[in-house]
Amino acid sequence: MRRPGVTTQFIMRIPRRRIFGRKQLSKRLEGKVALITGGTTGIGAATVARLAQEGAKVWFTGSKEEPAAALCAETGATFRKHRVQDAAAWAPLIDEIIATEGRLDIVFANAGTESGDGSIEDVGIEGWDNVVAVNQTGVMLTVQHAILGMKRNPDGPKGSIIVNSSMNATRPLGNYVTYSVTKAAVCALAKSAAVHCGQQGYAIRVNAILPGVVETPLIQQIMNAQPDPAAARAVYEGMAPLKRMAQLNEVAGLVAYLASDEAGFISGAEYAIDGATTAGMMGV
Amino acid sequence: MELSAQRLQGRVAFVSGGLRGIGLACATRFLAEGAEVVLSDLDAEDSDTAREVMASLGQAASYISANVAKEEDWQRAVSLVKERHGKCHILVNNAGIDLTGPVEELSMEGWRRIMSINVDGVFLGTKHFVPMMAASGADFRGGSSIINVSSIMGLVGMNEVSAYNASKGAVRLFTKGIAIEFAQKKMPIRANSLHPGFVETPLLKAGFQRWVDQGFAEKPDDLVAGVVGSTPIGRLAQPSELASAAFFLASEDSSYMTGAELVIDGGWTAQ
Repeated sequence: MRRPGVTTQFIMRIPRRRIFGRKQLSKRLEGKVALITGGTTGIGAATVARLAQEGAKVWFTGSKEEPAAALCAETGATFRKHRVQDAAAWAPLIDEIIATEGRLDIVFANAGTESGDGSIEDVGIEGWDNVVAVNQTGVMLTVQHAILGMKRNPDGPKGSIIVNSSMNATRPLGNYVTYSVTKAAVCALAKSAAVHCGQQGYAIRVNAILPGVVETPLIQQIMNAQPDPAAARAVYEGMAPLKRMAQLNEVAGLVAYLASDEAGFISGAEYAIDGATTAGMMGV
Repeated sequence: MELSAQRLQGRVAFVSGGLRGIGLACATRFLAEGAEVVLSDLDAEDSDTAREVMASLGQAASYISANVAKEEDWQRAVSLVKERHGKCHILVNNAGIDLTGPVEELSMEGWRRIMSINVDGVFLGTKHFVPMMAASGADFRGGSSIINVSSIMGLVGMNEVSAYNASKGAVRLFTKGIAIEFAQKKMPIRANSLHPGFVETPLLKAGFQRWVDQGFAEKPDDLVAGVVGSTPIGRLAQPSELASAAFFLASEDSSYMTGAELVIDGGWTAQ
């Protein structure tokens, strides 16, 4: 049953926001078209929701069709099943987005894996190749095709590309050698692409974000699989001086900022979002 | 989750060096987002500049003439904020000067002066505002936020810029130190550094004019062209583009960011 007060509240809020609004932050990305790889769960899914909320038309890729369908229903975003490391599948994807939306403004190269990874002694060639394919080759293809797509914008080459690296780019993990190496590699890739775009006179910005431990479904799964999940949680939370993990929407907030025109002078940068983990020695 | 337009409603901010350039842009942006702002600068309270700027900023802004290098001035500033607002959520340690020249020709006085403003100023602002900011930190998710304006010159060295390099490098690591300290003590204050590249500010213009006077170039525009040519994005930054980063760090959106350095340089240091 609807309470009378609720209606009044909503009516009163609308003109108030119009009066005070510069460009309303809630619509900071209106008119922009975004693509997010690995968007079905975790940071990717949170970013799909956030960019859609700020007014962008969002497309996302991944392999998990069930959560993808739910996310589409919830946010109005469009899903395409697609593997970032599949070079031949990139041109058709970008073509379809541009044919449908007329442009491409924001690309978040988010898809990543650690499947098959290990320490330098243990990692097998298959595991190494798999992680390199997704985290490094996949990001290269994403950035390459993002630029090719953004060059086709009717108002000229223009856009913002955000690469999801990790704090392990600068503080490598002993038991995840390939992950650490690929996350460092994509920071250099983002800078190289940023410099290239500048030299070519494209208004295309490329930046990397370096999250600390984020409370993703994957991390939750890992914690819950331990004999003592509470102890496992304490270890992850204890890694940051802030003594907690990042929440998904906190990472999405940074991506939204870098995606927006507010970040117009930011390119070739690496932004840590890690609760001061890499500001000092990890765990100290 | 609702994303409102005025996202700093209910917050109080202090901005040093607030009458010009990046500081003024930060004050303007915070006010537009609904915050109340107190700003400081060296100009007298009844000076033309102070009067004009304050008239344009409106009722939610107030001004105090204060020297960031003087501890007693910070004590006055904190008293004013306490008296007027009773709380403080955002501190932008922005005031800064430059100094260039061959290291063997830098005077001890020049060195002391740049350190006293660029480094002592950041330390003193932090020291004196932290108790109030810790007390106000529970008001909003993400807590209070200290934003220290360093520079790309705090990340990389440059010919005849050694003293400015040293001062801005100090700001970078001071910020990381306090970020860890506040986090470990569960004090609800985040601290991050901003690293602007070449921004179209009075400081940049004055610096370029000085280089022209010293015979490094014929006119300031030649120096601007040189800087623009070496910046991948191919232009100078506008102060508002630094203010948007300060706003991001002041807002709840950056609630997990502390001890971070935000480089805003059009790709200059990426090369």
